[in-house]
Amino acid sequence: MEQPALEIRNLNIYYGHFLAIKGVNLSIPRHQITAIIGPSGVGKSTLLRAINRMNELVPGCRTEGEILFDGMNIYDPRVDPVEVRRRIGMVFQKPNPFPKSIYENIAWGLRINGFRGSRAQMDEAVEGALRAAALWDEVKDKLHQSGLSLSGGQQQRLCIARVVALQPEVILLDEPASALDPIATLKIEELMRELKRDYTLVIVTHNMQQAARVSDYTAMMMLTGEGERSGTVIEFGPTKTIFTNPRDKRTEDYVTGRFG
Amino acid sequence: MTTDDGRRTTNHGRRTTDDRPQTTNYGRQAVRAGWGVAPTFEPNLPRRKVMGMVWEGVALLAILLGIAMLLTLLVKVFLDGLPYLRPQLFTEFPSRFPDKAGLRSALQGSIWLMVLTALLSFPLGVGAGIYLEEFAPKNALTRFIEINVANLAGVPSIIYGLLGLGLFVRGLGLGRSLLAGVLTMMLVILPVIIVSTREALRAVPASIREAALALGASRWEMVRDHVLVYSMGGILTGMILALSRAIGETAPLITIGALTYIAFDLRGPLDIFTVLPIQIFNWVSMPQEAFHRLAAAGIIVLLALLLTMNALAIWLRNRLQRRW
Repeated sequence: MEQPALEIRNLNIYYGHFLAIKGVNLSIPRHQITAIIGPSGVGKSTLLRAINRMNELVPGCRTEGEILFDGMNIYDPRVDPVEVRRRIGMVFQKPNPFPKSIYENIAWGLRINGFRGSRAQMDEAVEGALRAAALWDEVKDKLHQSGLSLSGGQQQRLCIARVVALQPEVILLDEPASALDPIATLKIEELMRELKRDYTLVIVTHNMQQAARVSDYTAMMMLTGEGERSGTVIEFGPTKTIFTNPRDKRTEDYVTGRFG
Repeated sequence: MTTDDGRRTTNHGRRTTDDRPQTTNYGRQAVRAGWGVAPTFEPNLPRRKVMGMVWEGVALLAILLGIAMLLTLLVKVFLDGLPYLRPQLFTEFPSRFPDKAGLRSALQGSIWLMVLTALLSFPLGVGAGIYLEEFAPKNALTRFIEINVANLAGVPSIIYGLLGLGLFVRGLGLGRSLLAGVLTMMLVILPVIIVSTREALRAVPASIREAALALGASRWEMVRDHVLVYSMGGILTGMILALSRAIGETAPLITIGALTYIAFDLRGPLDIFTVLPIQIFNWVSMPQEAFHRLAAAGIIVLLALLLTMNALAIWLRNRLQRRW
């Protein structure tokens, strides 16, 4: 296999004294879609947010272990989380465009990251990002209207465009379609398949069908044991294998809906 | 439910032939299941409605009482003050003769005090609010400062007057100058500005902050381009309300010695000064009836100034308000 995009090694995440994620080891393959599935409260989002160091915004959250990205441990003290977040972008559960114009939603990220170019080059970058997020045709005539004037599905694609504009290497998606209707969901899923040619995608989803439809690899998360409250990855492999021929009984129960 | 002749019904409105409380379906099931006494309902709607009306009446009376008092005050002030609300009121200095007296120096003092206080306290108060809300580590020291700031907002303003007297008038040797007044007034309203700034910042949802940080923004870039921009309406509203408190404050300025007869234009920040409420207080304490009418005219001016500022605050809030 090609060199993985991300390698998570012995990852433990604490909230205060509470061990939320225990001993996760995972290699995220490059230019593929990796889904993280598992029951509620098992730490899927926490694991995802560890990958671009968003967890450290939560007071009392502590991370142990390594995440190797491009040969460098992103938790190394010499690494600046701000730089990590530009190269590992994130799309959130609820669309969260800035209450600014559609154009400005994309241009801002470019500007703060030191985009040096003419006005025309900026226009080009914004258009390119909107095209990559399959939103250009719907918004090209109203680039200077508020991002909040768009529908929920369009807002979410605007948020994806905003991330894509920065040309990250990895895009993390935290249940990106759970607040959307089925048609908007389908569009997001199509978009993800498009994006994986250029980016590595990691998606957290509650929706088993969605994981089966869009992902190439699946990581199954569960609590570490009876009466335990820490979550861990119990099985990882090609999505097909996870859904048709899982090794772990708990995975089988979960993906076939017999969980509980 | 109540039928038109006032009898109670239960079982989803089915009429019953007698007035006894009806056992509900649930009750019958309960009896059949052997749970003992069946529960019954006595809706007694008429009595509940009467009680509702009684309390509505009491609440109405309470608000009417407040409005009546305000109206009485306004009518009385306007009747007394209107004849004196003439150009000389604004162009003349105070005088021993009511017909020649005006509040020129007091109005100058109030306006200068307000403008300078705003210029000094805005950066300090908003800056402190931003630091406490967005940057300060959440530890015991921060919490101690937070609690103190909140408490300072409730300290009687005369205490600040005493502090100003000791610190600015005597300590820094500013004397009874406008600058000493401005610095004292700044102390009075800083806690209010800090608290309202923090509230305005807190109203910006976490999702917006995450969005900015996840794009590789530093904390300061997030605050500068998003949090601060979206909360500016709330911050300005708090600022204006704090200033309208400052303009009506008398006690701290009397304490630092602004209670003076000023018959010349203000020449600079180190000049002695007086303000509207103090001028009004002066006139009220005069024996002549005519001065009381002048005071009423002064109150109208002060009220107009305050209402204008509050209206500005409401307008700003509505204009800059954002929906998420």
